[in-house]
Amino acid sequence: MTSFAETGPRTAVTEGIRVDKVNPRARLLKNIRAVVVIILALVGLIPVFAMGITAFKSRADVVAVPPKLLFEPTLEGFVFLLTDRSQLRGTTLAEAQENAEGGEPIGIFDRIALQNGQRINGPSDFILRLRNSLIIAGGSTLLSVTLGLFAAYAFSRFEIPGKDDLLFFILSTRMLPAVVVAVPLFLMYRQLGLHDTHFGMILLYTVFNLSLTVWLLKGFIDEIPREYEEAALVDGYTRLQAFFKIVLPQAATGVAATTVFSFIFAWNEYAFALMLTSNNARTAPPAIATMLGRGGIEWSAIAAGTLAFLIPVIFITFALRKHLLRGVTFGAVRQ
Amino acid sequence: MATIQLRQVEKLFGEFQAVKPMDLTIQSGEFVVLLGPSGCGKTTTLRMISGLETVTHGDIYLDDRLVTWLHPSERDIAFVFQFFALYPHMSVRQNIVFPLQAVGASRETIERRLSEVVDLLRIAHLLPLKPGKLSGGDKQRVALARALVRRPAAFLMDEPLGALDAEFRESMRAEIKQLHIEQEATTVYVTHDQVEAMAMGDRIVVMSDAEIQQVGTPAEVYYDPANLFVAQFIGSPGMNLAPGTVAGDLLSLPGGNNYRIAPEWQETLSNTQNGAADVLLGFRPEAAEIHVAGELSGEVYATELHGAYKMLHVSLQEEHDVVHIRSDRQADYPIGAGVRFDLKPDMVRFFNPHTEAALLAKRPPPVSRREVVFT
Amino acid sequence: MSNVTLQHVTKRFPGVVALQDVSFAIDDGEFFVLLGPTGAGKTTTLRIIAGLERHDGGTILFDDEPVDDYAPADRDVAFVFQQYSLYPTMSVFDNLAFPLRSPLRRVPVEQIRTRVRDTADKLRITHLLDRKTAHLSGGEMQRVSIGRAIIRDPRVFLMDEPLSNLDAKLREALRVELQHLQKTQASTTLFVTHDQIEALTMADRIAVLDEGCVVQMGTPDDIYDRPTTTFVARLVGTPRINLLDTARENGVLTVKGSSMELRALSQELPASFLLGIRPEDVTPDSEGEFAGRVALIEPLGVETILHVEIGDQTLLSLVPGMTPLRTGENVRFSIVPDRLHYFDNDGHRIQL
Repeated sequence: MTSFAETGPRTAVTEGIRVDKVNPRARLLKNIRAVVVIILALVGLIPVFAMGITAFKSRADVVAVPPKLLFEPTLEGFVFLLTDRSQLRGTTLAEAQENAEGGEPIGIFDRIALQNGQRINGPSDFILRLRNSLIIAGGSTLLSVTLGLFAAYAFSRFEIPGKDDLLFFILSTRMLPAVVVAVPLFLMYRQLGLHDTHFGMILLYTVFNLSLTVWLLKGFIDEIPREYEEAALVDGYTRLQAFFKIVLPQAATGVAATTVFSFIFAWNEYAFALMLTSNNARTAPPAIATMLGRGGIEWSAIAAGTLAFLIPVIFITFALRKHLLRGVTFGAVRQ
Repeated sequence: MATIQLRQVEKLFGEFQAVKPMDLTIQSGEFVVLLGPSGCGKTTTLRMISGLETVTHGDIYLDDRLVTWLHPSERDIAFVFQFFALYPHMSVRQNIVFPLQAVGASRETIERRLSEVVDLLRIAHLLPLKPGKLSGGDKQRVALARALVRRPAAFLMDEPLGALDAEFRESMRAEIKQLHIEQEATTVYVTHDQVEAMAMGDRIVVMSDAEIQQVGTPAEVYYDPANLFVAQFIGSPGMNLAPGTVAGDLLSLPGGNNYRIAPEWQETLSNTQNGAADVLLGFRPEAAEIHVAGELSGEVYATELHGAYKMLHVSLQEEHDVVHIRSDRQADYPIGAGVRFDLKPDMVRFFNPHTEAALLAKRPPPVSRREVVFT
Repeated sequence: MSNVTLQHVTKRFPGVVALQDVSFAIDDGEFFVLLGPTGAGKTTTLRIIAGLERHDGGTILFDDEPVDDYAPADRDVAFVFQQYSLYPTMSVFDNLAFPLRSPLRRVPVEQIRTRVRDTADKLRITHLLDRKTAHLSGGEMQRVSIGRAIIRDPRVFLMDEPLSNLDAKLREALRVELQHLQKTQASTTLFVTHDQIEALTMADRIAVLDEGCVVQMGTPDDIYDRPTTTFVARLVGTPRINLLDTARENGVLTVKGSSMELRALSQELPASFLLGIRPEDVTPDSEGEFAGRVALIEPLGVETILHVEIGDQTLLSLVPGMTPLRTGENVRFSIVPDRLHYFDNDGHRIQL
C-alpha cells in the first residue's frame, strides 16, 4: 500500500512507453486506435440493438424485408409475452370493438390485443418463469458463493493433504460437456423427486458453479496477505472472527465479481432447465424458446422476453460495476 | 564520449507536471547522479534522455546533435535497468552480444568486444549460464556488460543497485565507480540513496517536487546545501536544524540555549531578517563537540552504537527539538542525562525558515578545516 | 511485562530444518534483537513465540510457564509486522481500538477511547485518527502498527522488521523513537532484523542467527568488537571488515599477494589464517609503516571510504570528513595493532 501511494503518480503514468500527446505521430495513432475501438464496440452491440427494436415492432414490421429501421413502435410483443389471450370471432369480436369505441374504459394491453382480434384472459406463464429464474439463480448464487468462499479460504490458508489434486478435481467438473451427464441426472432427479423442483435446480446450479467460485475466490484470497489475519489472531480474535472482520471486507471485490459470474451462468442456463423442469420450476430461457411453437413464430414476443430477461443481469452488473472492473483485472495487474 | 545537454526540458502527464522546465549540462566523461525521493522526477528525466519517454517541451542534445525526437536506438546510449532486464531465455553470452547482433556487427568484432567486457567485469565463467541461475550481483554485472559491449556515447543507469542485497550493494557500488574511472564514459545515474550518490557522483543533481534543488559536488551539497530540502536529504541523519531568534549577536534557541553568532554571519543575519528575526540554525552531527563547558545543552533522548562511533540524540527541551551528535563510541550516556556541547564555527549554517533557502555569509567561513589533511 | 525463554526449539519445514536447537532468554524489560540474513530463521522464531507457527521440539516459556499449547490470542503478545497488518477497511482509530475490542478483553467503550487517544499522543498520530489507513504514508502506517501493539499491555512485543519497508530518513527517525519508547516504558521487546545498523543501534543484546542456529549472542559491543566467526564479522559494520589471507613465518605475518608485513603479537597463531581489520582502524598517516595506492575514493560526507591497493589486495579505510587525496595517488597508512582480529581457516575466532 505504502509504496503504491508514494510511487503512485510515477508508476501509473510512466509505465506505458511513449504515452505522450505531443508527438504528432503518436497523437494520430491514438486517434485511429480510438476510432477502431468505437467501431468494434458498435459492431458488438448490433444484435442487442436489433433485439431491442424488434421488441417494439408490430407483427408485420418484424418480417419486413429489408428490415425496417424506422417503424411505428408498439407494445404488441409485450402483450403477447405477458398475457394469455383467446381469439375472438364474429359477433363477440364486433361487440368488443363496439364497446371499446363506445368509450368503455379498457387498458392499453386490452386495446392492443383487440386490434389483433384477441381478448386477454389473464397473465401468461412468463411472469412465473421469470420468478422461478430469480429464485433459482439467486438461491444457487448465494449458496455457491458462500460455500465457495469458505472452501477457497481453506484452500488458500490451510495445509490440506492433496490440496493441488483436490483443486484440480474441483475444476475437472467443468471440463465435461453438460449434455454427457444430462440423462443420468434426469433419471437421478426422477428417482429422488427433485425433478421440476426449485430446490433441485438450485442444487444443480450450485454444484456447477462451485468449481468456478472456489477457483476465482481462492485467487482473490491469495492476494490478501495472511498478516492481516495473523495480526488479528495475535490481537485476541479467533480465526472465524478474523475471517468475518478482516478477510471478508477485503474480499468484497472478489465476492462481487464471483457473484456476477455465477448469477449470469445460472440465469442463462438453458439445457438442464429444459430437461429437468416442466412446469413448477421452469425458468425463463426454455420458456422463451418454447414460444416459438404456438401459432407461428412470435418474433416480437421473443425479443420482448429476451429484453425482460436481460434486465436483472444488467441491474446486478451495474450495481456491482465498481467492484467488477477491479475484480476482473485484479490478478492481471499484480502480475 | 558525449556531452549531454538538457535545455528547458519539461514533462507533463496530462495536467501533472512530472518534470518542471530544467536546464542541465553533463560534461563528457562525467559521472552525474540524479538524486531525490521517489516521485521527484529523476527517473522521468533519465527516461527522457534515453528516449523511452518523450519530452513535452524543450530539447535534448547529445554533443551538438539534437536528439529530442529520435528513437532510443538512434541515440547511441545504453540503459541499465534496476531489475536487470536480462532476457531470461538467452544465455549470458547471447544476452551480452544481443545489442551487437542488432546492429549487424561482424563475427570478429563481436568476439573481440565480448572478450573485452567479459575480462573487464570478470564474468567469463558465467557465459554459458541462463540469467535465472545468477545471483543479483552477477545479473547486474551481465547487464553492465551488455551496456558496455556497444561502446555507447553515454550510460544511463536507473537505480542499478536498488534490487541488490546490502551485501552486494556496497561492493557493486565500488565496481561501477571503478569501471567508470577506467572507461571515462559519460554516465547519468539515478538513485534515491544519498549514500550511493555521495560515494559515486562527480556531481550530484538533487531533485525534489519535479525540480532541481541543487547541482554540486558531494562536498558542496554536503557542506553547503542550497536549501532545507538538500540539508535534510543529504547525510545520515540529515543536517540538524534548530529554530532560533536573532537578538544582536546572540541566537536564542529552544531550551533557553544561547548561541553566539560568529562575526562573519552577523551582518547577514541582521540584514536578511528585517524585523522577523527567526532563523534556522543548521549543523552536521559531526560539527558538535561534547564538552563539559559547552555553550549549548540538552538532554539525552536516545543513543545509538553504529560500530565505529556512537550517535547521541539530544533534545534541546522536553523531548522536543532533537539534534543528533556524533560522538566516540567509548562514551556512555544514559537516557535523560544532561550534555553540553559546542559547535565548530566553520560548520554552522543558517536558513530562512520561510523561503527555506540557505543564507550566505558576507565573508565565507574558512574551509580548510573541513578536510582532514594527511599524506 | 514478562521474560521469555526459548529452550532447544527446533522447527522443520518439508525438506529444510528452519531452526536447530535455538535457546535464549530475554530478560524482563530487555530490547533483544535477532539479527541474520534472509532465510536464517529469524521470522520463524518470532512466529513460533507468537503461536502463529507450531514448533517441532523444545519449549517456550513466558515467566517460566510453558506456553507451547496456547493459541496466539491466549499468549497475550503484541506483534508488529513488516507490512500489511493495518486493516485497510478500517479507520486509524478502529485499527488502534481493534485489540481492545477483542472478545477476550471486553474493554469498556469509554476506556477504549481514552487509551486510543493516549497512544495516538505518544506516537504523534492524533491528527490521523479519522483517516482510512489506505491514505497513510509508510511512516504513518508503521506508527499506527506500533500504536496497535503498545495500546494494550502485552507480555512481550514481537517486531518483525517493522522498519525495513520505509525509506532511509523515516527509518532513522523511527529507530530513535522506538528505542526511546522501549527504554522509557521498559517493555520486553524481541526485534527481528537483517539490518546490522538497526541491531547495533537499538539492542541491549543481539543474537546472530544463521541457517537456523544461534551463531553468537552478546551486547552490541561484543558482537562488533569480538565477532566469534568471520560470518558475524562480515555481517556487522559498514563498510565491511577487511579479511586478508595471512601467513605466519618466523614471527612475521605476511598478507598474501601483498608486501604487507606485521610483527606477530603471539606465537599461538597458525601458519595460515585470516586477518580481520575494521576499516576505521586503517588510518592514512604520512609516518605509517605501510604503503599503497588509492584505487577509489567514496566520499560520504561525514566520512570517506578509501580503497587502498597493496599488491593484489585492496584494503578499505574509513576516514572522517572529506579527503584531499586523489585517485591513483600513493599513500602511507598505519593500522591499530591491538584492534586486529584473527580467524582460523574455518572462520572461527582465534582468541589470543
